[in-house]
Amino acid sequence: MALLVIKRDACTGCGLCIQVCPFGALALDSENIITVSEACTGCGACVPECPTGALSLPEVEKKESSHLDIYQGVWVWVEQFNGRASSISWEMIGEGKRLAEKRGTILTACVLGHEAEPIAREAIAYGADRVFLVDDPTLEVYRTDPYARCLVELVKKYKPEIFLLGASTRGRDLAGAVATYLYTGLTADCTGLEIEEGSNLLLQIRPAFGGNIMATIKCENYRPQMATVRHHVFEMPVPDQTRQGQIIREQPVMLEEQIATRVLDLMVEKNEVNIADAKIIVSGGRGLKGPEGFTIIHELADVLGGAVGASRAAVDAGWISYAHQVGQTGRTVRPDLYIACGISGAIQHQAGMRTSKIIVAINKDPEAPIFQIADYGIVGDLFTVVPALTRALKKRLNK
Amino acid sequence: MQAIVCIKQVPDTTEVKIDPERGTLIREGVPSIINPFDTYAIEEALRWKEKLGGKVTVITMGPPQAISALKEAVAMGADEAILLSDPAFAGADTWATAYTLAVAIRKIGSFDLIFCGRQAIDGDTGQVGPGVATQLQINQLTYVCRISSLDLEQKRIEVERLVEEGKEVVQSTLPCLITVVKDINQPRYPTILGIRRSQKVQIPTWTSKDLEVDPKLIGLNGSPTRVVKVETPPARAGKCQIMQADSVEQQAELLAEKLLAEKIIV
Ligand SMILES: Cc1cc2nc3c(=O)[nH]c(=O)nc-3n(C[C@H](O)[C@H](O)[C@H](O)COP(=O)(O)OP(=O)(O)OC[C@H]3O[C@@H](n4cnc5c(N)ncnc54)[C@H](O)[C@@H]3O)c2cc1C
Ligand SMILES: Nc1ncnc2c1ncn2[C@@H]1O[C@H](COP(=O)(O)O)[C@@H](O)[C@H]1O
Repeated sequence: MALLVIKRDACTGCGLCIQVCPFGALALDSENIITVSEACTGCGACVPECPTGALSLPEVEKKESSHLDIYQGVWVWVEQFNGRASSISWEMIGEGKRLAEKRGTILTACVLGHEAEPIAREAIAYGADRVFLVDDPTLEVYRTDPYARCLVELVKKYKPEIFLLGASTRGRDLAGAVATYLYTGLTADCTGLEIEEGSNLLLQIRPAFGGNIMATIKCENYRPQMATVRHHVFEMPVPDQTRQGQIIREQPVMLEEQIATRVLDLMVEKNEVNIADAKIIVSGGRGLKGPEGFTIIHELADVLGGAVGASRAAVDAGWISYAHQVGQTGRTVRPDLYIACGISGAIQHQAGMRTSKIIVAINKDPEAPIFQIADYGIVGDLFTVVPALTRALKKRLNK
Repeated sequence: MQAIVCIKQVPDTTEVKIDPERGTLIREGVPSIINPFDTYAIEEALRWKEKLGGKVTVITMGPPQAISALKEAVAMGADEAILLSDPAFAGADTWATAYTLAVAIRKIGSFDLIFCGRQAIDGDTGQVGPGVATQLQINQLTYVCRISSLDLEQKRIEVERLVEEGKEVVQSTLPCLITVVKDINQPRYPTILGIRRSQKVQIPTWTSKDLEVDPKLIGLNGSPTRVVKVETPPARAGKCQIMQADSVEQQAELLAEKLLAEKIIV
């Protein structure tokens, strides 16, 4: 379902567009004229490259946009569980504050829960100027329907310009429903947000295609501009307990008997591994050859006071549990130090760890892509290198 | 049990290589597969059909060649398949995709459950499932790792959902939409019999004319979001210092020095 329109008589067969197509969707046919395959996503990268204007995308109907000006302010949904806010929400408050300042507007936090006023106060300390607090027993545990309807009503009433949610399981679940109700755009799993000069639109940058490409996405004609943001992409702001803000109480929109779902239980994982918050992570991959390989990884992590991570290959092989997986389909981490042992550094793995402050790679293959993003590396057999490093550090740390 | 499974055909992103000179994706020879998460959705629907009777219908919105994904699902055991294909659907973002799928599901008629994968590996959004549920005004249960009970008479379902803190046990009414994670099952391979059936099965193609869609809400025109730029991610600035020494022991000593100098380890 390629979208690209090709004016055959204008094409000179120069091939410039082929070089810029990120999807390899363009080729020259037997008459030396450009053809497009189904791989085309209509991204438009080729259009400005064509010196003769032979390429175009179909005109999109212009929408009346003056009514959009009444949408103002930046909003963040504050996720809470068991009366505690999740750290991803504070990261979003920090980033939301930055965007609000750029737009010359205020930052609003939406806190839904039961007896959640302390969280509303915390939100102000982290940077919110205003908090909508919906406090009700029906909102104690997260459920899609009562949460989504509540946010939809708030958006309809107060009309924000930008609305950010964390890309956690709850955030993705909620954002998908809210954006659909509101008929507005939603960009998933952003790793960068900017305000475009001139248009003042939100530029939403996200990896797609398993991290192989970065796409910039805009939502021009609909409001609010909604995005979910990955954990540990933005810095955690420092709370200031003296900050002042306004707390506005709002009413829930659903009664318990109208809600068709019940949360019966939560089975908390025993000896839960929280690699997401670790300052130091030592990770192992397929190079460990088996579950026993993780012994030396644990030993190094212990000396460093760090946590143990893993590549998907190691998790899929059943050597370690999914909770340890770093990457696109695992956790995003941003430690001060990430040591990758026997991990090739596939783009999907990098997607979860490339923003680490210092990256160390230990791999016997000097060509492994992990070395391209590492700060320090040892090319060698991890079964000798890792224990040697553990010993060297132990000696220096007097352990 | 009437089940509808939404599947997507995607390029196998593990096979994608980057052209180092041009920085573009090399897609030649990259096979198209059923989105891996969707195979778990198909499997789960089939297992419950085998237990409770009924029918499994798979649908996809995509180009004509997406029919091969539907055939594969039939070879696994799906009863019916429908392709939604029309140039007017092209350029759809998750909103317009969910809208089109929801209209098609209404046309299919009554159902107890809709199954989706947790996300597609090309777009990676996980937004289409919640979108479809909201369009149809039914409950959604995302990231499901186990369906512990399904009672068609009482119209009740109980599932375990994989959330950050562990597993959440949730009960809901039917009909509802669930998105599945890979812990839920081990998808089967197509059988010889299934493959034979898939070669003969008639798969109808529904275009925008066959569906009661609002033309303003489909394809590029119906999509609130626009991709305005696509690029390959920039390489990380850090130049890798490789520890060079005569022995592993010395290499390790060197690295330990460097790490301590970074003042991260305390
Ligand atoms: C949709 C999708 C999502 C994905 N999500 C993720 C994800 O979240 N996280 C993730 O990690 N992957 C993910 N992947 C998989 C990813 O593409 C790679 O397959 C995976 O990361 C490879 O893991 P690995 O580096 O451990 O294994 P390999 O690529 O096999 O690399 C093993 C490395 O170990 C080295 N080695 C072997 N023996 C030794 C030794 N004795 N000493 C030193 N070095 C040695 C080898 O040189 C090699 O570089 C995903 C893939 C897809 C398609
Ligand atoms: N074009 C499509 N046709 C049918 N189902 C789809 C389509 N796109 C997405 N889905 C379903 O929605 C899920 C999530 O996809 P996504 O939101 O793109 O990550 C997939 O696992 C599929 O079950």
